Amino acid sequence: MELENNQTGQPFLKEYSYDLGVLDRGYTNRTLYINVGSYKIKEKPVTPLMKDKFIGGKGFGLYYLWQAVTESTKWNDPENEIIISSGPVGGITQYPGSGKSLVVTLSPLTNMPIDSNAGGYFGPFLKFAGFDAIELQGKADKDVIIFIDGNKGTISIEEAHGETSDTHILGGQLTEKYADNEEDRRNIAVISTGSGAEHTNIGLLNFTFYDVRRKGIRLKQAGRGGIGTVFRDKHIKAVVIKFAGVKGNLNHPVDQLTLNKTGIKLHKEIHDLDNAQNRMRKIGTANIIEVMDQYDLLPTHNYKFGAHKDTFKIASDVFISKVTQNSPDGCWHGCSMACAKAADHFELKTGPYKGQKVTIDGPEYENAAGLGSNCGIFDPDAILELNFYCDTYGIDTISYATLTAFVMECYENGILNQERTGGLELNFGNTEASLELLHQMSQGVGFGKIAGLGIRKMKAYLAKEFGADPQFLFDIGMEQKGLEFSEYLPKESLAQQGGYGLTNKGPQHDEAWLIFMDMVNNQIPTFEDKAEALHYYPMFRTWFGLNGLCKLPWNDIAPADNKLTDEPAKIPEHVQNYVDIFNAVTGKAIDKHELIRQSERVYNFQRIFNIRMGFGKRVHDKLPYRAMGPVTVEEYVSRQERYDKQLTELLDYDTTGKSTEEKIKVMRDYRESQYEKLTDAVYKRRGWTMDGVPTVEKLRELEMDLPELLEVVEKNM
Amino acid sequence: MIKLNNRECEWQEGLTVQELLKLKTFTYPRIIVYVNDKIISPEDYASTIIEDGDKVKAIHLMAGG
Ligand code: SF4
Repeated sequence: MELENNQTGQPFLKEYSYDLGVLDRGYTNRTLYINVGSYKIKEKPVTPLMKDKFIGGKGFGLYYLWQAVTESTKWNDPENEIIISSGPVGGITQYPGSGKSLVVTLSPLTNMPIDSNAGGYFGPFLKFAGFDAIELQGKADKDVIIFIDGNKGTISIEEAHGETSDTHILGGQLTEKYADNEEDRRNIAVISTGSGAEHTNIGLLNFTFYDVRRKGIRLKQAGRGGIGTVFRDKHIKAVVIKFAGVKGNLNHPVDQLTLNKTGIKLHKEIHDLDNAQNRMRKIGTANIIEVMDQYDLLPTHNYKFGAHKDTFKIASDVFISKVTQNSPDGCWHGCSMACAKAADHFELKTGPYKGQKVTIDGPEYENAAGLGSNCGIFDPDAILELNFYCDTYGIDTISYATLTAFVMECYENGILNQERTGGLELNFGNTEASLELLHQMSQGVGFGKIAGLGIRKMKAYLAKEFGADPQFLFDIGMEQKGLEFSEYLPKESLAQQGGYGLTNKGPQHDEAWLIFMDMVNNQIPTFEDKAEALHYYPMFRTWFGLNGLCKLPWNDIAPADNKLTDEPAKIPEHVQNYVDIFNAVTGKAIDKHELIRQSERVYNFQRIFNIRMGFGKRVHDKLPYRAMGPVTVEEYVSRQERYDKQLTELLDYDTTGKSTEEKIKVMRDYRESQYEKLTDAVYKRRGWTMDGVPTVEKLRELEMDLPELLEVVEKNM
Repeated sequence: MIKLNNRECEWQEGLTVQELLKLKTFTYPRIIVYVNDKIISPEDYASTIIEDGDKVKAIHLMAGG
């Protein structure tokens, strides 16, 4: 019998009841499995092995994904899963940045696991509703909405009817639908994507939460790697969760007092020092646009250059005037860092929602740099409009921006022309063309359909259809492992080339951001120094993703006496804070070394997972040359003095009378060999073979010598 | 000549920390300056004279990302 949900009028496809359970020391000790193809719903126990070796968050995601797929599974096979998990520390309200959800799936861009994190309330609500993680598997034959009522202990799969998929509308509609009344809306969190995710490989997941002050939904994104594309391929329209009764002690930590004390200490630091340091409360991550420009690091014109004369037009102060002031916003309770900015009452000038006044979350640095300077666009309103449409269409702004910059360079080089783009004049700086491309992507029409494939597939298409030079495309197409680069210019920092290239999921800077340490401070001059940094920081930062934590409160604020410590770059006091809050929640007794080992276990697991899927070896860690040095004469000439000097000083190469092409070649040989040497040093430090495979000894040392891992490793030695 | 972050750097008589930061366009808000291993507070940047041969460090603390 088909029942109907009284509240929403939606037909139920499946109903399920569960006992609410107990949350103890950060874990519910149970996860939720839903197959949207067969409507099977079940609860699974969290095993001691999962807690010991995978901790939570993306650790749980990778663990479940490994069980779900085989080496031949593709992203759009029903076996692929989307796993969302917070982590044992996630959901506390005392320490800033504790509400992240980690999402893992097989990516349509990279064909291997991708992980991405999002703020908002979903992850904590899921835990309070009784589950440490949710696995979504299968493929529905019609659009479905999953609804979890975390107070009643019910789960339903319902048929979706008629709703648009664009998030700024759908998220609001579902929040209203599933809330009992206005007051109840704050208790609803929605995961959804948008029409763009249905037609591109770069779909993201939006995590909405209700903003009581604005009386509307806000969005945070799990942006990278096409997770939204997988979500829509499964015909999931939304996952909605409801939980009323958030309190500071729901994790049942063993030591509430330490949590309180540690939190208060950081709140005070943020209160006293943020204005003089990074102004996160005032402008959020967009604070660094002009700084990046001044240090020649702001990606401009598809990463050709690092600065532009018009950057002042999109500087942070310009955005300050556009975002609503005097309301520092957090994306989870208790985040006094409050970087979640929004521009209100923004009137859209293009697209299907033209004329509507909307709230735009952001801009983040990545949006301003990617949608802006990297595409030669220096119009703040255009950046906000692009930002809005990317979000509501469910399109990853970073991939969109980087691939559009690539398309623009192809256009300026004659690889593309108006005929090939269906009339779009995709020169750098053409705002209208960029917006039109985005609208096309949302419908899967015109050149937008091609661009939405992502850079890797586009390169193959351009070479095949138009005879473009594959080597040139490889050099300027800023993707690696299939994922588009995030928005920093790594050309002059070898360590950052490693920070992008020697990563598990592809060139996203969330493993390591070492540009200042390396290029400006010159603190890691040798290969071994760089390798040490490329060991420590990726491991340290992986840990946030195991615990449902946000990275920003770690180093976007520093204690006043941080400079007196022996390793200021690590912010030692904050590292100790993390050790303290982890122990306070879980009752374990880790120290800062065990923290790194916890990450190393999962990091190596992910590497081996990549290898199991046919990737993740040295050959996959190569970078496009644009990331390492000047590809074109124009680029070389823009920094001629610097490059000539380097050739003379580092290589004893006499530049007199040499053509720019000759100098480019010598520079390229040198820089590529440096990257190879760096790769050797990093693999050695990480305990991997020179082909990038974790060794059996390393796995034993980490107590990660699980039979399924040894099997993959031994096969690939 | 002085050393700035362990690299050779031009020097002139009377150069202050403030002028050096300006010359290098070191505009980042979170820099720790050391002259010969002694930390210089921001309020002393204008009055601290750098001598020929000094070892200066201007350490930019990571953020972003
Ligand atoms: S620092 Fe910003 S992104 Fe991180 S939790 Fe706080 S508000 Fe959210």
